[in-house]
Amino acid sequence: MTTTLTGVDVVTAASPKRRRRAPGWLAVVPLLAFTAIAFGIPALAMLDGAFTVKDPATGATSYTAENLTTSLQGAYLTALLGSVKLSAVSAVIAAALGLPLAQAVVTSRSRALREAVLTASGVLANFGGVPLAFAFVATLGNAGVLTRHLGLTDKGWDLYSFWGLVLVYLYFLIPLMVLTITPALEGLRSQWREAAQNNGATAVQYWRHIALPVLLPSLLGGLVLLFGSAFAAYATAAAMVGSSVPLVTLQIADAISGNVLVGQENVALALSLDMVLVAGLVMAVYLPLQRRSARWLA
Amino acid sequence: MARLNPWRWVVLSLAALYFLVPLAASVIFTVDVPGQGVTFDAYTQIVSTEGFVSSLLLSLGLAGATIAVVLLLMVPAMVALRLGAPRLRPVVEVVCALPLVVPPIAFVAGISTVLKWGPEHLSRTPLFQTFVALQNPDFPFVLVLAYVVMALPFVHRALDTGLRAIDVPTLVEAARSCGASWPQALVRAVLPNLRGALLNSAFLTLALVLGEFTVAQLLGFRPFAVWIYSVAGSQAQLSVAVSVLSLFVTWALLLALAGVGGRNRTAASRG
Repeated sequence: MTTTLTGVDVVTAASPKRRRRAPGWLAVVPLLAFTAIAFGIPALAMLDGAFTVKDPATGATSYTAENLTTSLQGAYLTALLGSVKLSAVSAVIAAALGLPLAQAVVTSRSRALREAVLTASGVLANFGGVPLAFAFVATLGNAGVLTRHLGLTDKGWDLYSFWGLVLVYLYFLIPLMVLTITPALEGLRSQWREAAQNNGATAVQYWRHIALPVLLPSLLGGLVLLFGSAFAAYATAAAMVGSSVPLVTLQIADAISGNVLVGQENVALALSLDMVLVAGLVMAVYLPLQRRSARWLA
Repeated sequence: MARLNPWRWVVLSLAALYFLVPLAASVIFTVDVPGQGVTFDAYTQIVSTEGFVSSLLLSLGLAGATIAVVLLLMVPAMVALRLGAPRLRPVVEVVCALPLVVPPIAFVAGISTVLKWGPEHLSRTPLFQTFVALQNPDFPFVLVLAYVVMALPFVHRALDTGLRAIDVPTLVEAARSCGASWPQALVRAVLPNLRGALLNSAFLTLALVLGEFTVAQLLGFRPFAVWIYSVAGSQAQLSVAVSVLSLFVTWALLLALAGVGGRNRTAASRG
């Protein structure tokens, strides 16, 4: 009796639990099916391709770790290390610059300033890619406005270099840091500082023994997030430097579009797998840190 | 807290300098051309330049399709998870976070491998036509598939925040008690309460699709961002002018969003 009632969906009779269950998982199925096709198949294809080689003569394929070994050698290794170095350097600098900026904003009494900086950060952190690269080319490139007016080329300035890229990456990394660290800075209670002062602590001691330990998970989490963001960036670098700075994203792009030797597609897939592993490592470090820092913000 | 902090103003002015100078310099770059003096040609030429209208329309079309698909997939699923099926909640969370672990360039490497199966293995099967249709240069639906996946983390977060603020089971039960059917309850009771979150998701997806370069370029299509890149070689002033304009448009959109749906602070960038 009950089942027939639920079946025709009589509003008053069936238990609410029974009524809810069926649409529950049915509505999730399209989402899961879509991701299985649009995300799962390419991801598996990448995984499969990273471990296969095709014999050029016979066309037969076989499984091997050769692609992965190749992707960790020579020019590919240089590119991978170049990406890691660029991401690490820009993440550390962005964190070091973003922290004082966020602190200046958080401790400011002007509400308008806080809102403005946080909104602007939300916008800037989402702003990478081609337009960013071109804005910097117009400013500091070879024919850029500042380069021309200040004669920077004579002083050895070159935007299309490692440090040029760092300067550009900071443009979206610093705002990202401000966004990540602001909740943690807001979580620093003024009572803690007052308590420390009452006990005779200096400002340095307060930061060394109270503020920094509380902030540490958020700081490290932010650092890791910035690293991941810089590591995955491709458009900015591609539009700006071409291939004058070795980066793993540029290598993958070259190999996919067939700009290098034929048969390198699978090495591109192996390089992609390397990137996924690094990004996975980043998330594996970030998530526990975020959970830990969330404890202080409750 | 009543201390006067000179260092705060140093920090803020340096930040303002760093973030405003490239924008100002870009505008000067487009207006003040060496040898020609001040001219607004770069801006007046934009619309008539070959490819501008078609690439912009393509991007807007892709954005519309992506927003429609991602919301149609995500909204029912997220609402249903609020109503029940607690065991599926972590599954959806992980699925929506997965695209963050696969950088766009790695994702597109996988996609291009799959697309090569078409001519290599499937040329005699009906599936081949699907592959061809997916890559139709007038409207490459494969890009929509990719963008939906890339938008999942942002949309998940926006919808999750929105749903957290309302009591979905009560709303739905109230609607159902008044005799509404399931679709009616969803469309007339739940969705109006989610307007902020829906707008938020739509704007973030729009910004993502309009600025997306990696996937489109490597699959050989030419939406807006790829077009800007391709005209840069021959018309530097024009490409910077379009960049500046697209920036201001994106910002206006995101600022409007900040005004409508509250700040979205944690939308991470994947430049």
